[in-house]
Amino acid sequence: MTQPIIQLSGLDKYYGNFQALSQINLDIKTGEFFSLLGPSGCGKTTLLRAIAGFEVISAGSLHIDGASMEDVPANQRPTNMVFQSYAIFPHMSVSENVAYGLKARRLPKAEIEKRVAEAISMVGLDGFGDRASHGLSGGQRQRVALARALVLKPRVLLLDEPLSALDKKLREQMQSELRQLQRAVGITFVLVTHDQEEALTMSDRIAVMFDGEIAQVASPQELYGKPTNRQVANFIGQMNFLDAKVMGVDGDKVLVDVQSLGKLTLDLHQATGGIEGCNVVGVRPEMLTILDGSQAAEREIEAEVCEVFYYGDMTYYEVILPFTEAKITITMRNTAGRKVLGEGETARVGWSQSSLLLLK
Amino acid sequence: MKNQGRFLKWFMGLFLVFLYAPAFLLPVFAFNDSSIVSFPLKGFTTKWFSVLQSTEPLHIAARNSVMIAVITAVFSTLFGVLAARASSRFKFPGRRSIMGFIMLPMVLPEIIIGVSLLVVIIQLGFELSLWSIIMGHILICTPFCIAILSSAFMNLDQNLEEASIDLGQTRWNTFRLVILPLVMPGIVASLLIAFTISLDEFIIAFFLAGTEPTLPVYIWGQLRFPQKLPSLMALGTILLIVSIALLLIADYFRRRGIRKTGIENSGGFL
Amino acid sequence: MKRVQRWLRGEGAQGLFLISPTLVFAVLLLAIPLIMVVALSFWTQDYLTLDRTFTTANYQTAWTEPMYQYLMARSLKISMFVTALTIFLAYPVAYFISFRVPPKRKAMWIFLITIPFWTSYLIRIFLWKVILGYNGVINGSLTGLGLIDQPLSFILYNQNAVVLTLAHAWVPFAILPIFVALEKVDRSLIEAAEDLGDSKLRRFLRVTLPLSMPGVIAATIIVFIPTIGDYVTPRLVGGPNGLMISNMIELQFKKANDAPLGSALAISAMAIVTFVSLIFIWLNRKYIRGPGA
Repeated sequence: MTQPIIQLSGLDKYYGNFQALSQINLDIKTGEFFSLLGPSGCGKTTLLRAIAGFEVISAGSLHIDGASMEDVPANQRPTNMVFQSYAIFPHMSVSENVAYGLKARRLPKAEIEKRVAEAISMVGLDGFGDRASHGLSGGQRQRVALARALVLKPRVLLLDEPLSALDKKLREQMQSELRQLQRAVGITFVLVTHDQEEALTMSDRIAVMFDGEIAQVASPQELYGKPTNRQVANFIGQMNFLDAKVMGVDGDKVLVDVQSLGKLTLDLHQATGGIEGCNVVGVRPEMLTILDGSQAAEREIEAEVCEVFYYGDMTYYEVILPFTEAKITITMRNTAGRKVLGEGETARVGWSQSSLLLLK
Repeated sequence: MKNQGRFLKWFMGLFLVFLYAPAFLLPVFAFNDSSIVSFPLKGFTTKWFSVLQSTEPLHIAARNSVMIAVITAVFSTLFGVLAARASSRFKFPGRRSIMGFIMLPMVLPEIIIGVSLLVVIIQLGFELSLWSIIMGHILICTPFCIAILSSAFMNLDQNLEEASIDLGQTRWNTFRLVILPLVMPGIVASLLIAFTISLDEFIIAFFLAGTEPTLPVYIWGQLRFPQKLPSLMALGTILLIVSIALLLIADYFRRRGIRKTGIENSGGFL
Repeated sequence: MKRVQRWLRGEGAQGLFLISPTLVFAVLLLAIPLIMVVALSFWTQDYLTLDRTFTTANYQTAWTEPMYQYLMARSLKISMFVTALTIFLAYPVAYFISFRVPPKRKAMWIFLITIPFWTSYLIRIFLWKVILGYNGVINGSLTGLGLIDQPLSFILYNQNAVVLTLAHAWVPFAILPIFVALEKVDRSLIEAAEDLGDSKLRRFLRVTLPLSMPGVIAATIIVFIPTIGDYVTPRLVGGPNGLMISNMIELQFKKANDAPLGSALAISAMAIVTFVSLIFIWLNRKYIRGPGA
């Protein structure tokens, strides 16, 4: 296996007494689409800017392509960045913007022209070269920013929330375009985002960050299916939690006492973050079913429907489980012939033991 | 509603009369064929302008003033660029108090500055010269330049600078290729404001002028002689036209800057 | 060593480095001269020889001699009247431009307000002498209209003339900060006040005025402090009873050749205006934060 393009180890960043990043250890593989995901203020942008060279790290090491970046200033690093505001130079035309980095490298004029034309064409802006940059739309500005960075053929492209300024429809279109572009150029992309859907649909791997620390690094499927703690599970999609108490471990089996569901025996690997300190059982809303008529499930429990949110293709139910009054959410697809329950009705909730996760 | 509107309109009307009264009278007396500056008016003449043309001391004073104003404009804009850039881009210890101190001459009576510079020059045994006036003028113009330039620098997206560095450019080239063109309208405005303030400044020049007078010091000397007054009116008219022309030029640059970059980044004139 | 290197690469060092030329200039030409004036005010001068023994005699003279007391009080009074008149003139104008003029025209109006101030300061003040004088514009037109037989003599060479002329000179400097403050007032707050049932006047008094107070305070400071040091206006239109403290300061430095006393007078005047300004700012803070606002 090739060596990782970016290696971070023991990285800390302080602003005065405030610790923005704490003990970041992370390897980003060559050619992957990697996302840093987290709520605002979690340190993801600081981490991206540290990789770019705009933040001086307080401790730890940062290697790009095997070389230490400690004394390498931002303008000599093999990374380029697409800024959240795009930072298009307002006093230059589109092609002058794209040529900016090539001119800094003092390349021959003919080569600059050729590469600028290629880059502009690559992002679908043919014919826009002589346009003044301040008249462009949000989507066009973003394409200019991409072309300006990619024309330099960086080892890593850093993207700081590049889609947050666009409206929903354009954002979805750009998501798939970005993904295709990344596959086409084969450059490592590191994307910062607070939008979990964006991260899930675009990335090969995702690092979830909270409060300056990395909570989990995994592929989108693994992150959704096997979050290692309650905070991650709640940030990526939705999850129901029921209080649980570990009664004992026997080989690869765990005996737990779960609120409303009673005593269960689970596989040890269902404790995705390790058995230590586990105190809840989590289950995704779509892993639960409301049983219709003669339908049966592995396990069943009766519950009272307390609220119904009808979305057309889906219905979200909030139900109260017996004995402990725990409230959980169930999402059901409105397939042909399925009856939508009303508030106050009793529902038979079907579940399976294998869809539960044991978390802390 | 109607009453309030009518009151405001009346008020504005009277206010404009009050505001423009002196500026309006200036050309009236400049072209009045009488050696006494008072009503009733006599007739039309341009002779007061020809008197100006043949007054040698006036030319010397005007040349002194222009030289002082040009040097003042360049240096106070230079100091202004440094300070505005430092305070809008960097956080450094004591920033607020340092800036407060540099901006102090804006609220200090000019006589205090004039007196204190006079004391230093005399105590240190220097000669009063045009350079002492230049020093005083740079001191009072710098805060105005900083005020104009700060808004120009603050409207600058910091990401633009980082983008340039990120694309491989050096710090100096980033300043030359990205920052400077974008704050240029602010720099032009700053030069013009400092030039205009210096050209019209009297108190400091009055305290620090040695044997060579500036234009306002010369005018002050002439105000005592009634027969000189009509030609001073002509001089005032010329100065008014020159100032307005300078302002219009500054405004042209500001608009061009906005058109070119699509962002408002120059700051006003005052 | 490493920490020093990191600090030198950091923001703080770069900022200080950039600002240092301007700061050094200001220290050399502002701080040191001001300190020397303070030092001088505690010394004495006999013709050309300077006695550097510490004494408060100059301050005793400045604060006890009736003539200086009187001049100081008069200067303070004139400055206060000028400030009040300036704000009174400036507020409606700023309000008009901010609330009544369409947004596209605002810049033009501000320009219109500032044009008259690009005439020579000295000539502008002298023209007030022409307007207010015995054979001046006002007397000329009033006699011409047959409204008066004798020219009015109470309008020139007195304190009223000084107040009027200074207010004219400073009014744009008061309009601008008030205008900026009014522009920042969120229009929806005023609509909210209307929606909650306030009348026009109460809405103005309870919402617009308090929110524009920072601009009024800035305008007050900008006008009040420099006017007390004005030299030209009292000399040209003030007459013997309209002279102010700076005329005396100039006299001490030049003709009377008593720079130490002049310094003491200058510093006393500065101390008084600063003190009055601070009281004013403090009162306003109380007003803005107080429950009545």
